Amino acid sequence: MELIPSIKPLLAVLVPLLVIPILVSSSSRPNVRESWIFIGGTIKFLLVVSMLPLVLSGKQIGLTLFQIAPGASIALRVDGLGMLFALVASCLYIVTSVYSIGYMRGLNEHGQTRFVSFFALAISATIGAAFSANLLTLYLFYEILSLATYPLVAHHEDAKSRISGRRYLTFILGTSIGLVLPAMIYCYHVTGTLEFSAAGIFAGQLSKPGATVLLLMFVFGFAKAGIMPFHSWLPAAMVAPTPVSALLHAVAVVKVGVFSIVRVITGIFGVDLMASFDLGVVIMTIASITILVGSFIALSQDELKRRLAFSTIAQLSYIVFGVALLTPTGLVGGVIHILMHAFGKITLFFCAGAIFVATGKKYISQMKGLGKKMPITFAAFFIGSLGVIGLPPSGGFYSKWNLLIGTLESGHAIFMVVLLLSSFLNAFYFLPIVYQGFFGTPEAAADETPGIQEANLCCVVPLAVTAVVSIVLFFFPGMFVDLIRLGLGI
Amino acid sequence: MTTYPELIVLAPLLGAFFAGIAAWVESRISYAITLIAMGIATACAASVFTQVLASGTIQYRMAGWAPPMGIELRIDALNAMVLLLISVIALLNLVASYRNVEKETPDRASSFYVMYLLFVVGLLGVTATGDLFNLYVLIEITSLSSYTLIALGDRDKSAIASLNYVFIGVIGASFYLLGVGYIYIKTGTLNMVDAAAIMKTMTDSSAILVAFVLCILGIWIKMALFPLHVWLPNAYSSAPVGFARVVAPLMTKVMVYVMVRLMLTVFGLDYIFDTLNLSQAVVWLGTIAILAGGAMALYQKNLKKMLTYIIVCEIGYMVGGAWLGNQMGMTGAILHIINDAIMTFALFLAVGNMVYRLDRVDYTDLQGLFAKMPWTMAGFVLAAFSIVGVPPTCGFFSKWYLVLGAFEAGAYHFAAALIISSLLCAILFFKVFEICFFEPMSEGHGHDSHGPAAVMEEAPVSSLVVLGLVSVCLIVAGLYSGTIVDTLITPILN
Repeated sequence: MELIPSIKPLLAVLVPLLVIPILVSSSSRPNVRESWIFIGGTIKFLLVVSMLPLVLSGKQIGLTLFQIAPGASIALRVDGLGMLFALVASCLYIVTSVYSIGYMRGLNEHGQTRFVSFFALAISATIGAAFSANLLTLYLFYEILSLATYPLVAHHEDAKSRISGRRYLTFILGTSIGLVLPAMIYCYHVTGTLEFSAAGIFAGQLSKPGATVLLLMFVFGFAKAGIMPFHSWLPAAMVAPTPVSALLHAVAVVKVGVFSIVRVITGIFGVDLMASFDLGVVIMTIASITILVGSFIALSQDELKRRLAFSTIAQLSYIVFGVALLTPTGLVGGVIHILMHAFGKITLFFCAGAIFVATGKKYISQMKGLGKKMPITFAAFFIGSLGVIGLPPSGGFYSKWNLLIGTLESGHAIFMVVLLLSSFLNAFYFLPIVYQGFFGTPEAAADETPGIQEANLCCVVPLAVTAVVSIVLFFFPGMFVDLIRLGLGI
Repeated sequence: MTTYPELIVLAPLLGAFFAGIAAWVESRISYAITLIAMGIATACAASVFTQVLASGTIQYRMAGWAPPMGIELRIDALNAMVLLLISVIALLNLVASYRNVEKETPDRASSFYVMYLLFVVGLLGVTATGDLFNLYVLIEITSLSSYTLIALGDRDKSAIASLNYVFIGVIGASFYLLGVGYIYIKTGTLNMVDAAAIMKTMTDSSAILVAFVLCILGIWIKMALFPLHVWLPNAYSSAPVGFARVVAPLMTKVMVYVMVRLMLTVFGLDYIFDTLNLSQAVVWLGTIAILAGGAMALYQKNLKKMLTYIIVCEIGYMVGGAWLGNQMGMTGAILHIINDAIMTFALFLAVGNMVYRLDRVDYTDLQGLFAKMPWTMAGFVLAAFSIVGVPPTCGFFSKWYLVLGAFEAGAYHFAAALIISSLLCAILFFKVFEICFFEPMSEGHGHDSHGPAAVMEEAPVSSLVVLGLVSVCLIVAGLYSGTIVDTLITPILN
């Protein structure tokens, strides 16, 4: 594939980083600071978009920054998959920035400059991971992202966030150093390269047991993907302010985890090797367990953000599941779920945060009748739920449809049951919230004050936008499917 | 281009002499002389470095006497690099530690500078020399000056720590000297290259074996390889900051250099790995050193102490890597000499800043430090990540080569130890970060303001600037490790 040398991917990674000193120096003037966030976010988004036509025309854009050893370099390359992920992350960053102004100011949070600075760093690392040309570069950005999000999880500086932060690091850093690092170095030791290629980098150097162990080290090692039993950092991370949960722990961070697994399966092992060793079934089984168990646990959570977190754990495994199907439809269905789930889930998190800002309520049992006061929020919540359940007219339907076809295509029809059962469970844990919100009666009489009481505009507009987009994606998924097909060469 | 390799050693030596005289007048003049002497040494080291890169090994005969009678300085890419590292770190530390020295040893500042220069003379000489006996003399100069400097620390502990160091240090030096004696008897020369050429013909001699074992043991004691490390933690943690900042990054690393030099130039890798077949046992020693160092660090309640155990752990990296018996491992060990020196320097710079403000650095003293000393902490965090091995800091890349070497040698236990040590270091440092970040715990839930805002009390600007510079080096050295390996290390090993 034709590679066009360009510095644009590097700029897209560095822009938020360059903005950080400005953010810090303008910490006493919040308005100036916030406008710089938008300037940085917009420039980044435009840079990403400006590369889109070239990528759609089947070319790749990239540059090598540092040669570490033969076959191991720090290099960026924009292909279809990376473009898809970068589009999602950089576009939602702008939306989340609006939302986080409303949220953080609405609650008069402390340390806002630190918050926005590390947020910018985290998004930088996410784009870097999307544009990584090889496993070494991906690992580099993966680690930076882990460390950049720690201060965000620990934001409240209290005992609870201390424990959560510790759990967060233990799982994320423990697995990446303990499993991915040795696996990666072993790959390099065996093959002498870490560059992603559709055919995989192994040429018969692995036996089946060896390949299985190596693959599992990667799949569990990228714990940001929340595959059980390395998932419990995600519910713990919900102590962070909601914008963090919304963008990072529903989109950027967790999807970097999934994206890494996708890269390893499609770029390091290669679909053919996976198929010849029957490794797809292994991964599908692991993903299925996570899907079902995650959904069941979500059902039992009363704290809204925790329910969303467990739902995310289950949904992330959809993506892994789809890729592990190893058929074109399955791959498309899995990877496009990165996009569809992103818009659905971020909407849900925005709603949870908006409810907290407007009413201070965190628990689902307190939210009865709240839909009458916050109709926009609850309508958006409904649309977001559809996306996660996978019903039309939301984008989520498109990915689920492809996944179902993929199971048939791959000859593992039994796994259809998992997907269908999970959809039922999703409906069970989301729709009652909406129903109770609109039609339930509030428990306390004090809540009976009539009239609309939405959160401030900065909170409401973003969640309406993402809800609308998630419907639009149902009708126009074409360009993104093209990106995936280009990225995977199918 | 004319270079003056002899000045690298002579400038600080003469500087020490004049700084001593100047002490009669005014300690600030001593400081100025020290600074100038180190500046000259650094400039010479830099020019020698570029010269060696351009045209290969430099041999310099002191006063024109030819070996084996005369003293030879022999500088190839390996020690040119280490010389530059030593002189730059010693120079930067002079700038960074001026206020610390004034504060800690106000009445003995000029003695500090004199001994400091002698210490650096020793290190530079050890690195530059091509003569086995001179190596011994220079090691002793280094050691004697460090005994004195450690004893300058004003706490009661430092005298005992220093005495303990003297005893063990003398044993190490005696071992080495004895080994050199055997070599001299067998070969009749003390010049490294000559001796190596003669010893090649007598690989089955048991006297050479004894010489080898004695020399290596002596150096291991000097570098504090576990379980010969017991002197190090107390000595380094009770030294005055101005000295701890150079001895911690440089002393052990220079000793590792000496070990590598003995292996590469004097005894030869063929002898060690093929004739004696010692690789496995020593790699196990390295593995144990890594795990033991990390484990003992977990039990510390004082930041300085904890860092000294990390040094013990890092020595395991380099010894294990050098003895893996393949090029990857040796590359990793040599690369780690550079990287570990930079990151330990950064850590101790940061700790020195803390000591300057807090006096003590027990964990409980560190509360709220992110608010009080944000710049110091930023440097500290970056250096800690490098120790943990987070890319793109340099610590990651030497670990990369070491693990690769371990895989190549089939030494999976060593690879595992390296990974485990990364995890241990992550735990160690995040324990400290948590205290600095969360404590003192506030009552509120983090909303609204946090009571009275913490007052920023940073270290002197000179210190911060140096720390900033070194922190940048952590990343630059990491990103350019490919270049470093290609231009400096691979040529030496081939």
